[in-house]
Amino acid sequence: MLDCTPKEITERKSGGMINPAKTCQPIGAMYAALGIHKCLPHSHGSQGCCSYHRMHLTRHFRDPVMASTSCFTEGSSVFGGGANLKASIQNVFHIYKPDVMAIHTTCLTETIGDDVSSIIKTAEVAEGKLVIHANTPSYVGSHITGFSNMTKAMVSYIAESTLPVKKEQVNIIPGFVNPGDMREIKRLVKSMDIEYIMFPDTSGVVDSPMTGEFEMYPEGGTTVEQIKDTGNSQLTLALGRFASSDPADLLNKQCKVPAAVLKTPIGIKATDALLMTLRNSFAREIPKELEIERGQLVDIMTDTHFHFHGKTVAIFGDPDIVTGITEFVLSLGMIPVHVLTGTPGGSSNSAAGSFEDDINEMLTTAGITANVKSAGDLFTLHQWIKNQPVDLLIGNTYGKYIARAEDIPFMRVGFPILDRSVHSYLPIVGYQGAMRLIEMISNTLLDRADRDAKDEDFELVM
Amino acid sequence: MAEDNAGRIAERDGFIVTKGKNKKQLQCDTDSSAGCVSQRACVYCGARVVLNPITDAIHLVHGPIGCASYTWDIRGSLSSGAELYRNSFSTDLKEQDIIFGGAKRLNAAIDGLVEKYQAKLVFVYSTCIVGVIGDDLEAICTAASQKHNIEVIPVESSGFIGNKSAGYRAAGDALLRLIKPSEPIVKSNSINYLGDFNLAGEAWIIHNYLRQIGVELNVTFTGDSHYTALKSAPKAKLNIIQCAGSMLYLAGKMEELYQIPYIQISFLGIEDTAASLRKIAATLGEKSMIAKAEALIAKETARVEAIIKGYREKLQGKKAAIYVGGGFKAISLVKQFREIGIDVVMIGTQTGRKEEYETINNLVDDGTVILDDANPAELERFMMEKGAHLLVGGVKERPLAYKLGIAFIDHNHDRKHPLSGFEGAVNFAEEVYSTVCSPVWKSLSKSGIDRGVTNHG
Repeated sequence: MLDCTPKEITERKSGGMINPAKTCQPIGAMYAALGIHKCLPHSHGSQGCCSYHRMHLTRHFRDPVMASTSCFTEGSSVFGGGANLKASIQNVFHIYKPDVMAIHTTCLTETIGDDVSSIIKTAEVAEGKLVIHANTPSYVGSHITGFSNMTKAMVSYIAESTLPVKKEQVNIIPGFVNPGDMREIKRLVKSMDIEYIMFPDTSGVVDSPMTGEFEMYPEGGTTVEQIKDTGNSQLTLALGRFASSDPADLLNKQCKVPAAVLKTPIGIKATDALLMTLRNSFAREIPKELEIERGQLVDIMTDTHFHFHGKTVAIFGDPDIVTGITEFVLSLGMIPVHVLTGTPGGSSNSAAGSFEDDINEMLTTAGITANVKSAGDLFTLHQWIKNQPVDLLIGNTYGKYIARAEDIPFMRVGFPILDRSVHSYLPIVGYQGAMRLIEMISNTLLDRADRDAKDEDFELVM
Repeated sequence: MAEDNAGRIAERDGFIVTKGKNKKQLQCDTDSSAGCVSQRACVYCGARVVLNPITDAIHLVHGPIGCASYTWDIRGSLSSGAELYRNSFSTDLKEQDIIFGGAKRLNAAIDGLVEKYQAKLVFVYSTCIVGVIGDDLEAICTAASQKHNIEVIPVESSGFIGNKSAGYRAAGDALLRLIKPSEPIVKSNSINYLGDFNLAGEAWIIHNYLRQIGVELNVTFTGDSHYTALKSAPKAKLNIIQCAGSMLYLAGKMEELYQIPYIQISFLGIEDTAASLRKIAATLGEKSMIAKAEALIAKETARVEAIIKGYREKLQGKKAAIYVGGGFKAISLVKQFREIGIDVVMIGTQTGRKEEYETINNLVDDGTVILDDANPAELERFMMEKGAHLLVGGVKERPLAYKLGIAFIDHNHDRKHPLSGFEGAVNFAEEVYSTVCSPVWKSLSKSGIDRGVTNHG
């Protein structure tokens, strides 16, 4: 019934999107800004953008998401939004009293050419208050680019190198992941007894506890002091190249903090890499409790490997998450046959590398040929699946249309997840996250096996 | 800007009144203040929510990806046939298009989509950026119409040209182009139903009532509607309007162009549903219809009142706060709450009109706070001050209410069951009961685990 996708693949000359696998920069910038303590994100543009981004984030996190808007009218679009932005700065600090106001632009304000940094310079900002901004035109990149750009703004506006010798501490840029993931990454670093600063850090902000009171600024988030101090750290770990490498590079240029770009620690290999990097850089032992967790994970992988081996899977979503999930399912013996992200991925052989190259390299090593695409849409993914069906689909909520049309078991991971709850509280990163992923994958596959089993094949033990 | 200690801005004072206390007139229908945390949306959003329920149309959003992506199937409008409207089509403009214009990309997108889906109708929505770079939507759509011999209709919905209401008007203009007949109109005995978007199948409930009382329904704007049905709209002899905010403009135009008079009705709550059925029958003036309407009302009222009475006993004395999109819905909700024994202590809308606020003012008790275009801080303040047990709102208000330990029901995009008609009145009471009387509130305790033990008691 919901299937409007033809099987026959014809060349699409239009370049338009049918059922996008990405969204626009400002929502990523808004999410990153929420990861600063006592920060109010501000959308410089029409009311609609701000409303949509708040709505989408609210649906994913099921927590209040606060952000203000410049409330553009026709006049502001003709004469420039400078007056609106100045009034906004005044009103925001007066009414909502944040410590930081983080402005991002929209496609409208980018196109009319508002020079946000000069407007900020001439605006009156009270002592001790801070206004930062990121340019986030919606016609460039995706929400991941927006997240990266706002994280870069944190560095360019706030980070400072103030000490002659770097401190024994690590900066962690977690990338566009859930607060549950951020908590888990912090737990890993803490358990190795290493001082760290995570930024942005939305844990405690969009998963705040219920107390019977509405806190405009919940307790979580990286403080301005901490962001400032990132310039004094010995090392930055950028987790996920697409969301995190640019701010890490900038921090290196600005404050001489060397950066290591690692994969988002999804699965055993990427988690090992994170912990080994920390061990080598800070001369720490990996604590027994993490060794035990890893051992448990391997035990679980052994116990269940026959459920997964040879099963085909299609994966879509944000590039850093898709890269991590692809690596993990390969380690379980599954065969990714379609891998797609909506975010444009840098051209092949570019200095920054490309999504398609990364995925193809992993697949080639595993001896697998697959459809791999960046800047794709779900129409393309659906067509691939029609032509080459898979045993499992992994991606965000939008995958449910394909899963239903093709009757494929479906596992929800990534952003946004609009039709299930709790996901943002529980990690998919680290060894424990990997255990959870295995539980999710195997439950999805086994529930389906039960559903499809004939009476005579229906078994108690699986 | 004048200020007071509570961190309010004086600019907002005109938008808030307390019934019985203030003599001043409430301000509404104006632009929001820059820098506010507004709950309002944009022109494109208004146009999209009105047109999107047309099931067999290609809804092509001309702009960068966001606008299309955020409106992809969020409305919950059900279809009995085509599902094309549930896809998300966008020209996905890139930097190059912003510099050199997006016309080429739009042309190619229309060609590709029309070929792929063989649709008879395409809506091309203009977003903020298209209004600024100045693509000639009109010319592109006209050319595409001729090329493919179908209707390609531009929707002038650049986000910055106003608020959601301007979008309703843009949608109205697009619909007027669609329904313009090419031949002389032959009037039928049927009516059009305006302003029901078939959320959770609500239009189907009303269709059923109308059928039962012998009213012939021509087409619904726009819930579960399609190209051919909409084309026949000018034939109707009466328009009935549920959602006034989105449809008054269109109804006015249809009266002017096609001599179709309109009446406002509301199918929210038993009282309004019964009154509306009577009003429709009386306007159409057929005796048999009036009798059938009375019979239906008697039968249904008896059935649902018995159920609702049970809920009323549990809910009597609770207090509700309302913050919804339009004024007409807010008015119905006040009455509907009374039916289940609940008083309204705060009531606001995003885009209510002056006359609607006057009606609200006459309807509510002294002391009720009435506010236009509220922000979360204001909602919080008045809900706490007035001791509300329940908030009715949309997506963004839900977690706000929950964090305050206040029950919530959705009267917007995220509702999962119909709230219209007699069935809807039961669903409404049931939903209010399930949230207000949920045991979950017993787990709430400010000081944590310690006091929790007593709370559960």
